[in-house]
Amino acid sequence: MPKGALWNDMLNMKINNINLEKELGKLYAIWLREFKVFLREKSRLVASTFTPLLWLFVIGTGFGSVATNPSTNHVMGHAEWGAAGVGYQQFIFPGIVSMSIIFSSVFFGSYIIWDRKFDFLKSVMVAPVSRSTIFIGKTFGGMTTSLLQAAILLAIGLALGIHYTPVSLMLIVVIILFLSFTLTSLGLAIGSYMESLEGFQLIISFVVFPLYFLSGALFPLNNIPLWLSILTTIDPATYAVDALRSTMLGIAGENPFLADTGILFMFVMGIGTIGMLSFRKMKAV
Amino acid sequence: MISINNLVKKYENLTAIDRVNLEIYDNEVFGLLGPNGAGKTTLIHILATLVKPTSGTANINGYDIVKESSKVRSSIGIVFQAPSSDDMLSGYENLKLHSLLYAVPAHIREKRIKDVLELVGLTDRKDHQVKKYSGGMRRRLEIARGLLHKPKVIFLDEPTLGLDPTSREIMWKYIDKLVKDEKITLILTTHYMEEADFLCNRIGIIDKGKIIALDSPSGLKESLGGEIIEIELKNKGVGTKDTVESILKRYNFVHKVELNDKEGNLVIYVDDASSNLPVILKAIDNDNSSGSHNNSVKSVGFRSPTLNDVFLKFTGREITSQQQEDHAEGGFMERYAQYENK
Repeated sequence: MPKGALWNDMLNMKINNINLEKELGKLYAIWLREFKVFLREKSRLVASTFTPLLWLFVIGTGFGSVATNPSTNHVMGHAEWGAAGVGYQQFIFPGIVSMSIIFSSVFFGSYIIWDRKFDFLKSVMVAPVSRSTIFIGKTFGGMTTSLLQAAILLAIGLALGIHYTPVSLMLIVVIILFLSFTLTSLGLAIGSYMESLEGFQLIISFVVFPLYFLSGALFPLNNIPLWLSILTTIDPATYAVDALRSTMLGIAGENPFLADTGILFMFVMGIGTIGMLSFRKMKAV
Repeated sequence: MISINNLVKKYENLTAIDRVNLEIYDNEVFGLLGPNGAGKTTLIHILATLVKPTSGTANINGYDIVKESSKVRSSIGIVFQAPSSDDMLSGYENLKLHSLLYAVPAHIREKRIKDVLELVGLTDRKDHQVKKYSGGMRRRLEIARGLLHKPKVIFLDEPTLGLDPTSREIMWKYIDKLVKDEKITLILTTHYMEEADFLCNRIGIIDKGKIIALDSPSGLKESLGGEIIEIELKNKGVGTKDTVESILKRYNFVHKVELNDKEGNLVIYVDDASSNLPVILKAIDNDNSSGSHNNSVKSVGFRSPTLNDVFLKFTGREITSQQQEDHAEGGFMERYAQYENK
């Protein structure tokens, strides 16, 4: 597919105002459907809020006690966060927020397999809606749901002693949206190639968990072997965790905040483009 | 108006649509009749621009399905074989969603939704989630959705598949009313003979990707010539058909002898069955008493031809009925659980 075709729809939108209004209506319709379904699937909502809390409080407390135990603190690199007066639970809090975004975004994207399985996708594709509009509507849906779930966690963060300022909140929201756009696109790209539900387990094992574990959500990345650091470097979530950590905890990250954001933005553009291209190539039936 | 020109769709080792040429006129109800895997759904999917043809093309409402797919999509409505509404949303919400996708102008949107809901009789259930709808209601919602943007052409893919007889009759009435009220062209696929007979102005019989017969239901039935005598013999082998065929071939009024493969009865196409039936029975009886064959007649009947007979004649076999896949309901976890159970 020629690269020019990718932006054709958007170009048309800009040129023709009436088209823009119609396209926005279609975009809104797709977004609204995703949002409503998300709110109605209570089990999904509860599960996706509960799992991060489990990590935060069970792993956070359990490993926290190992990390603060003088006999093991060299193992856990305790000095790293201890020096800044930050406990292990607080240290992993930005990582757990990222985890919630990783899980909800990738799952949200790959949910397209169900849309296809239950023929809903076919009914959207037979409507006069461009693939790009469907794609963007879906990513907006993914961003909205990720943001809502993160908001619940952010509120719980207050109880853990995380302080927010208007500026830090704004930066946090930007990072959350970048990460969730990237990963929803990734999920949609993968989902657009998968024809059966069997692949869903593979996504969990080979996409979701690696993204999470390699992001530095649970441990600092400054003292890891080379092979691991190569893997963490290509994980977009690494930069989100780092940026969130420096914003939320006020400690210096591995990279400056702007560098994290810049790299994350490159992932947004790169994976977003891949996602949209896969979506355009996807078979309708 | 739809014109299909030399349409071909090939999959790796299968020709799903084989050089189909077809004209469908304004305001007609056109039925595509065929067994499973005949290519009905593939043809509909190609016309609805969901699948690209391997070669050939078609023109719908003046738009080419390959070059102007977006315009084609705006001008058609389609009701798929399996309900495709989102069952987590209410009927109203599904219609709202699609009215936005089809860019129905804002000032008439609500009225249009109200109208189609009324047409399919779902007004009082519009705020219920679709997962609480019965199979027939889901189908009607799909039809409502197909009508939202006032398309000139509507495709119905097996509109009554999996419905119980009562719901099926209700559905037929809706479709009939629709055609009369809305002035649309309707293309439906079915493998129910009565459905095609009841609803369609013209029928195309499709088998192995080819249109093998094309006429009005009565035209098709007349093409068989005369009437049908059905004979049940005591000995129901394939050999008996050949024997009887050889006995009867000397009579001009006998057109064809077929074996009904479901019941093993002989189906004999004849002119003027009431006066020729005794002749046929006598001939079979004579053959029995004269020689080695044991073809004594157990029962006999005669009737006017049905579409079933037409189908049997053109394809050499009966249409078999089709099992419908269960359509999963509910949300993400329910869907997943249901999937796991399969």
